[in-house]
Amino acid sequence: MADTISFLKPREAVLSRRAAIIADLTELLPPECLVHEARELVPFETDAFVSYRRLPLAVALPKTTAQVAAVMKYCHRYGIPVVPRGAGTSLSGGAIPQEDAVVLGLSKMSRILEVDYANRTATVQAGVTNLNISEAVGIDGFFYAPDPSSQLACTIGGNIGMNSGGAHCLKYGVTTNNLLGVKMVLVDGTVIELGGKHLDAAGYDLLGLVCGSEGQLGIVTEAVVRLIAKPEGARPVLFGFDTSEHAGACVADIIGSGIIPVAIEFMDKPAIEICEAFAHAGYPLDVEALLIVEVEGSEAEMDAMLKAIVEIAGRHGVKTVRESQSATEAALIWKGRKSAFGATGRIADYICMDGTVPLGKLSYVLNKTSEIVERFGLRVANVFHAGDGNMHPLILFNANDPEDAARAEEAGNEILKLCVDAGGCLTGEHGVGIEKRDLMRHQYSEADLNQQMAVRYAFDEGWILNPSKVFPLDGRPAA
Amino acid sequence: MTLIPNSETDAAYIIRNAAGDGKKLALCGGNTRAGFGNSAEPAEMMNSTGLSGIVDYEPAEMVMTVKAGTPVAEIEAALAANRQMMAFEPMDHRGVMGTLGEPTIGGVFAANVSGPRRFVSGAARDSLLGIRFINGRGEAIRAGGRVMKNVTGLDLVKLLAGSHGTLGFLTEVTFRVLPVPQTVETIVISGLDDAAAAKAMAAAMALPVEVSGAAHLPQTVRFRFLGGALPSGEATVLRLEGLAASVSVRAEKLAAVMEAFGPVSRLGLEESQTLWRQIRDVYPYSDGTLKPVWRVSIAPSAGHQLVAALRLETGVDAFYDWQGGLVWMRMEADPEADLLRRYIRALGGGHATLLRASDAVRAGTQAFEPQPDAVAALSARVKQKLDPAGIFCPGKMG
Repeated sequence: MADTISFLKPREAVLSRRAAIIADLTELLPPECLVHEARELVPFETDAFVSYRRLPLAVALPKTTAQVAAVMKYCHRYGIPVVPRGAGTSLSGGAIPQEDAVVLGLSKMSRILEVDYANRTATVQAGVTNLNISEAVGIDGFFYAPDPSSQLACTIGGNIGMNSGGAHCLKYGVTTNNLLGVKMVLVDGTVIELGGKHLDAAGYDLLGLVCGSEGQLGIVTEAVVRLIAKPEGARPVLFGFDTSEHAGACVADIIGSGIIPVAIEFMDKPAIEICEAFAHAGYPLDVEALLIVEVEGSEAEMDAMLKAIVEIAGRHGVKTVRESQSATEAALIWKGRKSAFGATGRIADYICMDGTVPLGKLSYVLNKTSEIVERFGLRVANVFHAGDGNMHPLILFNANDPEDAARAEEAGNEILKLCVDAGGCLTGEHGVGIEKRDLMRHQYSEADLNQQMAVRYAFDEGWILNPSKVFPLDGRPAA
Repeated sequence: MTLIPNSETDAAYIIRNAAGDGKKLALCGGNTRAGFGNSAEPAEMMNSTGLSGIVDYEPAEMVMTVKAGTPVAEIEAALAANRQMMAFEPMDHRGVMGTLGEPTIGGVFAANVSGPRRFVSGAARDSLLGIRFINGRGEAIRAGGRVMKNVTGLDLVKLLAGSHGTLGFLTEVTFRVLPVPQTVETIVISGLDDAAAAKAMAAAMALPVEVSGAAHLPQTVRFRFLGGALPSGEATVLRLEGLAASVSVRAEKLAAVMEAFGPVSRLGLEESQTLWRQIRDVYPYSDGTLKPVWRVSIAPSAGHQLVAALRLETGVDAFYDWQGGLVWMRMEADPEADLLRRYIRALGGGHATLLRASDAVRAGTQAFEPQPDAVAALSARVKQKLDPAGIFCPGKMG
């Protein structure tokens, strides 16, 4: 287990009252909604950023907004840290608890409350999984657009906390662009509603501020999300290129042409090899870079768009072109890409970076990334959303070797700094969590960070909501 | 006297001094949206027109960085030269507000101004990737960046968008742009009353044809559009944009479904462009009067119910954008703020903004939707963290 990232020192006043706190929580919640036996706490000690773990003091799994409010009010009164949790799929450690914290898990609030097709909205509880929404409305020809890779498991509450993206956000935007309203519990237990079925905020855009705030401003218990009519069909095309520069230039040209594909996915040679060995998707092994471009629409529209896209690829010296003539072929093209993380996990441990860079810097950053990783004696595979510049280098290492793990972490940090220096940012969709917290000063000046923290204070003066996350632990201003 | 800083440093200096002296500042760009908000306390005007010019524009990256005081017209011209546009179609308020001057991009984002495409492609705030601004302490702050996906830290960009100059003085904005669609076509369904139009628009939005504009223009306003050239009767209009090959396929499909609602006709590229610009700029109420004009955001299916309820009690004219969710209303006499807001609450919520009225009416009316106490208190705390001395446009949004 790595230990370079520190957590806040547990509050002694909280730890020493552990038994009393659990007794009090028992009063506030039904028995099945409270977890406090050490053995039962283990599943909550980490999230998908598994290198770090901390056992929480207790886990509250409320079933209603009123119960969430009661727990918040109590924790606020006694200064007990609260770590919100959806499905625990955070890749940045956003849901990792700490010893003096109550985990507030929303998994029992998993009902779709209303589907309103006339207004194209769904009102859901925060613990509903992302995919559940699309599945519930799919039969009627609608879907919910943001589709993070973990959509089978991750919850809408977690998506709001992290402002999650996905492969299709090139066309449809990320969570914040598809969120119309929330019901949320403030730190002192007050319940407020922001937004609704109408568009845009009255007053300050607190909804926009809350989305992506990583559980530091309050606990979202319900959300109103936008539904979109499902396209008639979707079809991918696969391109192989001799260099990543050619692939990168092709991406820029496709986007500049006026065609907006729903997805443009990029894989480099190591990623192609890993995925092909696992999925046997028929990927070309004699190319340096591979693009999967997907368009949506009717057959006639897709024909027209793909024709234009293939022409553009031709201008960039494309070596392999594979169009899908059937659903089976389309599925095969996606199969390799979709199994990328799993396939990589089969051959090594890996950490997945998430920096975003301007499109014009893709090739430069890819090359530099390889240099950095090589310098640390490690390997890297790149699989990412090229259309929006959101890179996902997977740094391969051996988790059983603490030195290897430390090197991977260090290489990752250098890559993220590289992304910032290239005009990008530390994280495009995974969030800061604990993982990138200590790099925040590389992206922001002291004044920038202080302003963000000041706004955070407006919501949580005692700094009890997910307190070890996002902002460097040192230099936090006094209230 | 108006303060016109010509650098970020100057702006910071002025604001730092003002905060020290407790001097109030009314922040603006070209001031073509003067009159937005509640009657604020008297303050010295400070505008961003001295900060002008395109800083960085990479058409292939579809991102533009400009100084906040850059005229919208200059930006639109630079984009048009590369066949690109701001997808959120910022409205020009000069007609309806009766103002003069040059709209600036800072004003667009400070007021989160969006047009007809907003209900599918997002508001101004959704296109805004990064900002620089001076907070109430006189510190230059950067938020967001210039990449499309960015979840690094708290999203102060969204907070500043739509804050009407009450949280900070914008000095630079970076936003996403999109290619201009190859062609545009509009399907017109004639003769539907407001309720039938709401049903037709909802049906259109449920089809996989990517409607990018859905408005309903009742009889009273219909003749004001396209010089009266729309077919007789109410006009429900649906816009399709994109590659020519794709638009024609979708137009056939949409027309076939809409024929069940009423007679269907079509408008080509140029007429469509004019029509949607007129809808965007609230052309029918750009009438040189001071009759109160409201902008109401509500659930699309509730828009026409709101108007129907009001009509029983007061003189009101209205038309609809955003599938019915954006209601433009011109009141004959009294703004009827209380009545209007009561009905909005009864219909599931939303918000009404008084855009235009005489000074006397304005003085007695809350221009922005009053907020529930807990939200108002939270907003006040947020304001305090950005503008501790309360020098930016005090009272405008409170």
